[in-house]
Amino acid sequence: MVQAIKRIMELNQLQRSFLEYTAALFREGFLDSQFSQLYQLQDESNPEFVVEVVSLFFEDSERLINDLSRALDQTIVDFRKIDAHVHQLKGSSSSIGAQRVKNSCVSFRNFCEAQNIEECSKCLQQVKQEYLLIKNKLEALFQLEKQIVAAGGAINMVEWML
Amino acid sequence: MYGSNILNDGMRHVSDLNFGDPFRKHEMHCRFKLKPPWPWVAITTSSGILVIALLMGQIFHATMNRIAKVEDDYHEMMELKKRAEAADVAKSRFLATVSHEIRTPMNGVLGMLHMLMDTDLDETQEDYIRTAQESGKALVSLINEVLDQAKIESGRLELEAVCFDLRAILDDVLSLFSGKSQEKGVELAVYVSDKVPAKLVGDPGRFRQIITNLMGNSIKFTEKGHVYVTVHLVEEAVNLMDVEMESPSNSTLSGLPVADRRQSCAGFKAFSQEEYAPMFSSSSTNQVNLIVSVEDTGQGIPLEAQSRVFTPFMQVGPSITRTHGGTGIGLSISRFLVQLMKGEIGFASLPQIGSTFTFTAVFTHGCCNVNDQKSQKINNQLNSISLEFREMRALLVDPRLVRAKVSVYHIKRLGIHVEVVRDLNKGFFSVNTENSIPNIVFIEREVWDKDLALSTLFLNKLRSLDCIVTPKLFLLSSTISSTRAISTGSSVSTPSVILKPLRASLLTASLQRSMGIGNRGNHRNGELRILSLRNLLRGRKILVVDDNLVNLKVAAGALKKYGADVVLAERGKEAISLLTPPHHFDACFMDIQMPEMDGFEATKRIRDMESSFNNRIHIGELSVEAYRNISTWHVPILAMTADVIQATSEECLKCGMDGYVSKPFEAEQLYREVSRFSHTALNEIP
Repeated sequence: MVQAIKRIMELNQLQRSFLEYTAALFREGFLDSQFSQLYQLQDESNPEFVVEVVSLFFEDSERLINDLSRALDQTIVDFRKIDAHVHQLKGSSSSIGAQRVKNSCVSFRNFCEAQNIEECSKCLQQVKQEYLLIKNKLEALFQLEKQIVAAGGAINMVEWML
Repeated sequence: MYGSNILNDGMRHVSDLNFGDPFRKHEMHCRFKLKPPWPWVAITTSSGILVIALLMGQIFHATMNRIAKVEDDYHEMMELKKRAEAADVAKSRFLATVSHEIRTPMNGVLGMLHMLMDTDLDETQEDYIRTAQESGKALVSLINEVLDQAKIESGRLELEAVCFDLRAILDDVLSLFSGKSQEKGVELAVYVSDKVPAKLVGDPGRFRQIITNLMGNSIKFTEKGHVYVTVHLVEEAVNLMDVEMESPSNSTLSGLPVADRRQSCAGFKAFSQEEYAPMFSSSSTNQVNLIVSVEDTGQGIPLEAQSRVFTPFMQVGPSITRTHGGTGIGLSISRFLVQLMKGEIGFASLPQIGSTFTFTAVFTHGCCNVNDQKSQKINNQLNSISLEFREMRALLVDPRLVRAKVSVYHIKRLGIHVEVVRDLNKGFFSVNTENSIPNIVFIEREVWDKDLALSTLFLNKLRSLDCIVTPKLFLLSSTISSTRAISTGSSVSTPSVILKPLRASLLTASLQRSMGIGNRGNHRNGELRILSLRNLLRGRKILVVDDNLVNLKVAAGALKKYGADVVLAERGKEAISLLTPPHHFDACFMDIQMPEMDGFEATKRIRDMESSFNNRIHIGELSVEAYRNISTWHVPILAMTADVIQATSEECLKCGMDGYVSKPFEAEQLYREVSRFSHTALNEIP
C-alpha cells in the first residue's frame, strides 16, 4: 500500500518536473509552438512520432554542420553552397520548432549574402552552440518522458500546451 | 430827317455828298430812327445751344464719375471676394485639419480595438468590443458629418455603388444603440420585410448614416415606450399602412400610441403615382424601392418647430443643445442624402406622443462578385453561424403581435422555424403535441413575470418532457434593471435572459453559450478546421516532395493526421515520374528550394507533360480508357515555402502551380488552399 502511494508520488513529481522543464524551454525561446504541433501528430498509430522526428533532425543537423565547417575551411569559399546548407538547416529546425537554431540560421544567411567569411564563421559557431544546447535539452526531455512512461504514467502534452 | 423820334444813341454815320456844286458842301447824316428789337432768334438759339452744351457736359461728367465709381466698387468687390475666398479656404482647411487631428487618435483607438478582436475572447467580450468599435466609428462619423455639410455646400458629395446586405447594416446600427436603449428602458426593435432582397447595390455608408441619424434622434428624445424601425418595399407598404390604420392604437410595439405613419409619407410622389404601378414594379426594372420608417414614442416635435426640422443647424430650442448635445445638421444631411438616393423624406409628429420619420430610397438588385472582400466576410460570418441552428424548432410566447413579429424575424434569420403563441397556457398545448417539441423556447419577460407560479409550472413541464434534449428556455427582456429585480425575489431559478434589441450576432452568441456549442471561439474554430480538413483529405492520395527528411516527415505526419494517404519523394525527378499519367494522386505538395531541380522547374515539366498527354488523348492517339477515362490531366500542385513573399506567389502561378502554403503547415491556410481545388479534385475521382 505504502509502496503504491510512494510510486504515485514519484510519478507526480516526475510529471511536474517534465512540465516545468518544458515550460522553461518555451519561456526561454528554445522551442516554439511548432514543437507542440508535433505532439498533436502523435497518436496510437504513430506512438513514437516526436522522438523519430527529433532524432532525424539531430542526424540531419550534424551532417549539415559538418558540411558547413568544411565549406568554410576551403581556400575559395563557395557561398552559394553554404547558403543552401543553411537554408536546409533553417527549414528543418523550423519544422520541429527549434526556434533559436532557426533564428541563428537567419542571421547566418544574411552574412552569407554579404559574403563575409569572418562573420560567417562566427555565425557557424553560434549555430553549433544553439544546436548542442537544444540537443541536450531535448535528450533530457525524452529521458524524463521515458521515466514517466516506465513509472506507468502518460504524457498529455496536447491539453497542457493548448 | 423829318421825324421826331430820333434815337440818340450816338450812332451817326456821316457821308460826304458831292453834287458838283463848288459853293455848297453837302453831308448826309444817317441815324437810327428806332430802337433795334431784341434778336430773339439768336438769343434763343444760342442759349439753347448753351443749355444743351451744359447738359451734355453734365452728362459726360456724371458718366465719368459713374464709371470711376463703378470701377472703384469693382476693385473693392474683388478685394472682398478674395478675402471671402481666402476665408472659405481657411475654413475648409481648418475643418480638415481639426477633423484630421480628431480622427487620428480615434483611428488609434479603433485600431487597438481591432487588434483586441484578434486575441482570445469569449462571446460576451467579443460583443462588448464590437460595441465599443461601433461607438468609436460613430464618433468618427460625427466628424464626417460636419465635413459632409461642408461638402454638400460646395456640391461635392457623391454616392458610391457597392453590394451590401441591408440586414447586416441594421444589425450594426442596432448594436450601436442597444446599450443606450437598454439603459433608458426603451424597447428597440428592427423589422425587415422578407420581400426585401438579401443583397442590394447602393451606398451602404450613407444609408447607414441616414438610419443612424434618425434612430439616434429617436432614442435621444424618447424616455419610455419604443423605437421601432421597419423596412419594406414601397409596393407592399401601402397595403400594410391601411391595415395599420384599422388596428387599435395600443397594438404598437410597446402598447403606447404613436404618430401615424401614413401621415409621415403623405405627399410622397412615390405613392401618388400608384396608378402607374407597372412602371415602378421592380420585376420589370432592376430597381428596389424601399421605404424605411423610424417610429418612436418620445417627446415629439412642437408644432411651431415642425417647419424648421430639416434646416441645417436648427434645433428646436437652445436648451436642446445643452441637454442632448448634437450639432443639428443630421436631418438636413439626411434629407440631402435621401434626395441623392432618389427618395423622399417626411415625418409626422404629435407632441408628447411621438414622432415617425419615413423615407424612401431607390436601390438596385445586388449580385456579389467574388472580389468583394467585405461582403464575403459578412457572408461567411453569417453563414457559418446559421448553419448550426438551421432546422431547429422554437416556440415564442408573446401576446403583442408587433413585438412578436420582430422576434420571429430575427429568429428566422438563423434558420430556425418559429411558432408563436400568445400566452403560457397555449404554450402548454403546443408543447404537448409530440411531433413538434421545440428545441428552444423564447418567452417575453413580462409574460414570465406576470404569473410566476404558472411560469414555474411551465419550466417543470419542459423538464419533464420525453425528449433527448430538454428544450432550452430563454427570456427576452428589453431592460437590464428588471433582470436584477427578479433574481432577488424568487426561489425559481431564472432561466437565461437575452437582452433586446435582438440581432443575429447576439442571438447566436447567447444560443451558442447556453447550448454549449463552443466554449472559446477560437478553440472551436480550430476544431472545426481540423474536422473540415479531415473531411477534405480523408482517403486522398497526396504526394509530398521535399529534399529535407525532417520536413518530409513532419509534413507527412500532419497530412496523415487528417486521414490522407501520403507518398514521399525527395527529388523533383522522382516527382515527375510519379506524376506521369495515369496516376492516382489527388494532390501534390512541392517544396520550392531543392537542389538539382527546384519546385518551379519540376512543376513546369509536369504541366508540359500533362498537356502533351491531354493533346494526345484528345486527338485520339491515346485511348481515354487507358488513362482512367480522364482526358484532362491536371493534378493540383501546391508549393511549400518557408518565405512567403509576393514574388513567390506570382512565380508559383506562372509555372502552373495552383497555390502555396507556408512551411510548416498552418491549419487555417491549409484548409483554405485545399478547399479551393478540392471540388475539382472530386470530379477526377472515378
